[in-house]
Amino acid sequence: MPPTRSEFIQGVRASLPIVAASAPFGLLFGALAVDHGLTVGEAVLMSALVFAGASQMVGLELFSAHVAPWIIVLSVFAVNFRHVLYSAALGRRLVLMSGWQKAIAFFFMTDPQYAAAEARADSKTPVTLNWYMGMGLPIYSFWVLEGWIGALFGRLITDPAALGIDFLLPIYFMGLVLGFRERPNWLPVVIASGLGSVAAFYTVGSPWHVSFGTLAAVVVALVLPAPADAADVEAVEVTP
Amino acid sequence: MNGVFLGLPVNIWTILAAAIVTYGTRIGGHLLLSRFKRIPPRIDAALNAVPAAVLTTLVAPAVITGSAEALTLAVCLLIGLRAPVMAMLGIGWAMIVALRAAGL
Repeated sequence: MPPTRSEFIQGVRASLPIVAASAPFGLLFGALAVDHGLTVGEAVLMSALVFAGASQMVGLELFSAHVAPWIIVLSVFAVNFRHVLYSAALGRRLVLMSGWQKAIAFFFMTDPQYAAAEARADSKTPVTLNWYMGMGLPIYSFWVLEGWIGALFGRLITDPAALGIDFLLPIYFMGLVLGFRERPNWLPVVIASGLGSVAAFYTVGSPWHVSFGTLAAVVVALVLPAPADAADVEAVEVTP
Repeated sequence: MNGVFLGLPVNIWTILAAAIVTYGTRIGGHLLLSRFKRIPPRIDAALNAVPAAVLTTLVAPAVITGSAEALTLAVCLLIGLRAPVMAMLGIGWAMIVALRAAGL
């Protein structure tokens, strides 16, 4: 089935910049995990089951601080709370998938995976399971592998800041933000999110700035009327 | 945290619980929303704003961490309006390394 195969390959292609950009973080997680008292096996298990970089790093901070396990779990939940919003939005793009396919797809839903699926839906291309897993499986496999290698070899990256590695994801995310600029109310949404997240960053602190900034922008989008011409464009394209 | 509970290290239990709540966040939004038969237009408009909104929150704090970071993102913004993401990533990477090496 050539179309199916090419869908998968397209997904793999979409994964390549993510695999490259997240490699240092995957390695760093493994190295830090062992540094913070986890075994190599526990580090790999965490990468394989949680599969959410920022929350894994926060978890590590707390493992070494000897806090109660339920606080670690609650912190992981807080960092990953943004997924609830992605999940609600992404469900509308996965209409081609059956229930259990969606259940699998949501396990692989990371920030870039979510953003790429939305972008694909924007370009009127169906988000199929083959494309989705073509993107998700390489990101997942490399993430787990890197956690393992990082844990085995310890501090492979001594100074990520000097190599600019810590800054690759913000640049990449900004590129994705620009990619959504055709959407209705894009500029007010971005401004509200930027202001809200910076305000939250300085008051309640990270990682809550993600949820608060997003909520501020969602409220703006909820209140602002959608531009009429945007609705017309969509209606015209639905008409044969 | 080196205790053992029901034959497994507490660390393992903590990781398992963290995995369960994380999967809960990943599927929870969809499960909540799929209770609607049709998505109301206002909710749909709000959800359409989510990707740009959430990605902006991941960029905004980076803008205010220093002048090297702010300058790099400003240049990347201009490049990103014209060029593909990978070109922007490459130029941005070179810039941040150079500016930080220069002590900015």
